[in-house]
Amino acid sequence: MAHVSLEVAERRKAWSFVAPALVWTFVFFVAPFLFMAAMSLWEQQGGGIVRVWKLNNYIAFFEKDALFRGLTNSLEITAIVTVFSILLAYPLAWIIAERVPQKYQRTALILAILPFWTSYVVRSYSWLLVLSRNGVINQALLNLGVISEPLELASNRTATVIGFVHFFVMLLTLTIYANLVQLSPNYRRAAADLGANAFQTFWHVILPLTMPGIMTGAFLTFVLCIGDYVTPQILGGNNELVLPQIIMLQLGRRADFPMAAALSIILMLVVTAAYIACARWLKIERT
Amino acid sequence: MTDFIAGISAPRFLTFAATLALAAAAAALTSEPVLAQDELNALVWCDHTDPALIEPFEKANNVKVNLKEYEGTGAGLSIIDQSRPGDWDVLVIDGVDVQRAVDKDILAEIPADALPNADIFPDVRMEANNSRDGRIYAVTEKFGYNTVSYDKTKVDPADMKDMSKLWSEKYKGRIAVYDYYLPMIGLTGIDLGKATASLTDADMPAIKDKLLALKANAKQVSDVVSSQTALATGEVDIVFGGGEWLTAGLVKDKPNLDWTIPEQGAVRWAQSIGVMKDSTKKDLALKFVQYIVSPEGQARLATSSCYWAMPANAKAGEHLTDEQKAALRWNEQADYLKRTQLYPIPTAELDAKMQDAWTEMLQN
Repeated sequence: MAHVSLEVAERRKAWSFVAPALVWTFVFFVAPFLFMAAMSLWEQQGGGIVRVWKLNNYIAFFEKDALFRGLTNSLEITAIVTVFSILLAYPLAWIIAERVPQKYQRTALILAILPFWTSYVVRSYSWLLVLSRNGVINQALLNLGVISEPLELASNRTATVIGFVHFFVMLLTLTIYANLVQLSPNYRRAAADLGANAFQTFWHVILPLTMPGIMTGAFLTFVLCIGDYVTPQILGGNNELVLPQIIMLQLGRRADFPMAAALSIILMLVVTAAYIACARWLKIERT
Repeated sequence: MTDFIAGISAPRFLTFAATLALAAAAAALTSEPVLAQDELNALVWCDHTDPALIEPFEKANNVKVNLKEYEGTGAGLSIIDQSRPGDWDVLVIDGVDVQRAVDKDILAEIPADALPNADIFPDVRMEANNSRDGRIYAVTEKFGYNTVSYDKTKVDPADMKDMSKLWSEKYKGRIAVYDYYLPMIGLTGIDLGKATASLTDADMPAIKDKLLALKANAKQVSDVVSSQTALATGEVDIVFGGGEWLTAGLVKDKPNLDWTIPEQGAVRWAQSIGVMKDSTKKDLALKFVQYIVSPEGQARLATSSCYWAMPANAKAGEHLTDEQKAALRWNEQADYLKRTQLYPIPTAELDAKMQDAWTEMLQN
């Protein structure tokens, strides 16, 4: 009997520790989310919000090409950014983990993530100056005689992708490096003993074992990239709109909060789908 | 404490904690704002946030002016809708939208003798916009033009006198379009020979086609800062929709930048300022409005760091340097006022169609 009471008391004690986090989550996530979901079913008419329960905002999203293309543009850019970031980050992480002497690895990592220390907005504007018609790249190519006319590198999708990749390569380098340094050298020795060459060892042993690091970084890249407003706004030149820009248009220009709420719910559903797709690699495992 | 926690069930504890948190949140949301008596809340455009404009008023009246910027009347009215009565004391609003604010009954009447009406340039007094039934609800404080800004060392200034040249192959990829649908639809309409005041649904297909053609010819569609940066750095040679507000502040360092009003005309904007009806500090709010439309306040507002433009009060000229007046084209205003039209004033339905057309233009 005493044992049961002790167990109940311990359980209550545990709840008391968890309760603040649960209350915080409810007040600052669940409740606002439910309110946003409800608002997405309302309608903006004239100067005010009409509290009807209809799917009109969602229907408009699929019917109006300019809105729907916001999602497809977001998905295309995010996919391109994620693939390029992985392709650049993996070799960098591998070089730091495998080729840089251990005592210099921390310094190498700090150098790799140095751009993180500057403001995100400043970094985007810096890229605009680098990529512009009179920017460093065009001027260098013109001076070298490689081109006769400046390349159109700014204010388009290329500029947006470059700005994103610069940022997310740093993030992916960290997650992949963390995974690589945990691998025992015995895996490679065993593969070599079994007759595998360097490529086969990488393809069949190292790459599968570093998938959690890749997928964790890829998922973070996807979530941060698809929800970003600043980079496409500064570097894209408004030549195509991504979903967060369209959400901002509803809020800043039209004051159409119900439509903005509906678009935000759609964005959350896309992120949720991405999480489900990556979930098997995102488990926290301790071995 | 542990005994207390152990003495209640987990679900009850959670309910208790959640209720406490919600009660605290509700109390925070419903209680009176914790503001000192000497604070004034103003919903404004970015030019009012210049400390050089606000600090003299704050010091003279021992008051803190809290400023919130907004962009677009719809967004401003929405902020007011979501605020409690009395939250805002002063409102800066597009001159053509004052009547929307009057319709919503959010502006207080301003006594005529409290304003320097005789000193306001007659063409921008805009009584039909700022008053109703003989009652004054706002006063024009600043005006300017959405027209064509350009780098005169890179384009032929003669070309800039013909708006249709902006659609020509000659300037393809060299134009930034100002990202604000109302003046740009007005300008596009003017190029099509349609007066801004008479735009209807029927005009929108032609305007949309014209906008899409403009986008195809443009390098970018951008906000004030990005357009200004693009012109200053040589990324583009022309900003369509720009004007003195975009280039006047830069002329000192960039004398190659210029602006003009094409033969077809251009769009004129004007901003008004008024006192909020539910303000609990109406006297102080009126004092702020009076400061803004005073010659000194007007000179500071005209040369605000966010953007320059003509002051509505003619006496502001006494407080501006010759250089500043030249940048504002002080002596050419009579001609400019004749050749420009006010922003379109669409109904809610037409406004939605205009915004749809603008979004489609951005997305294509």
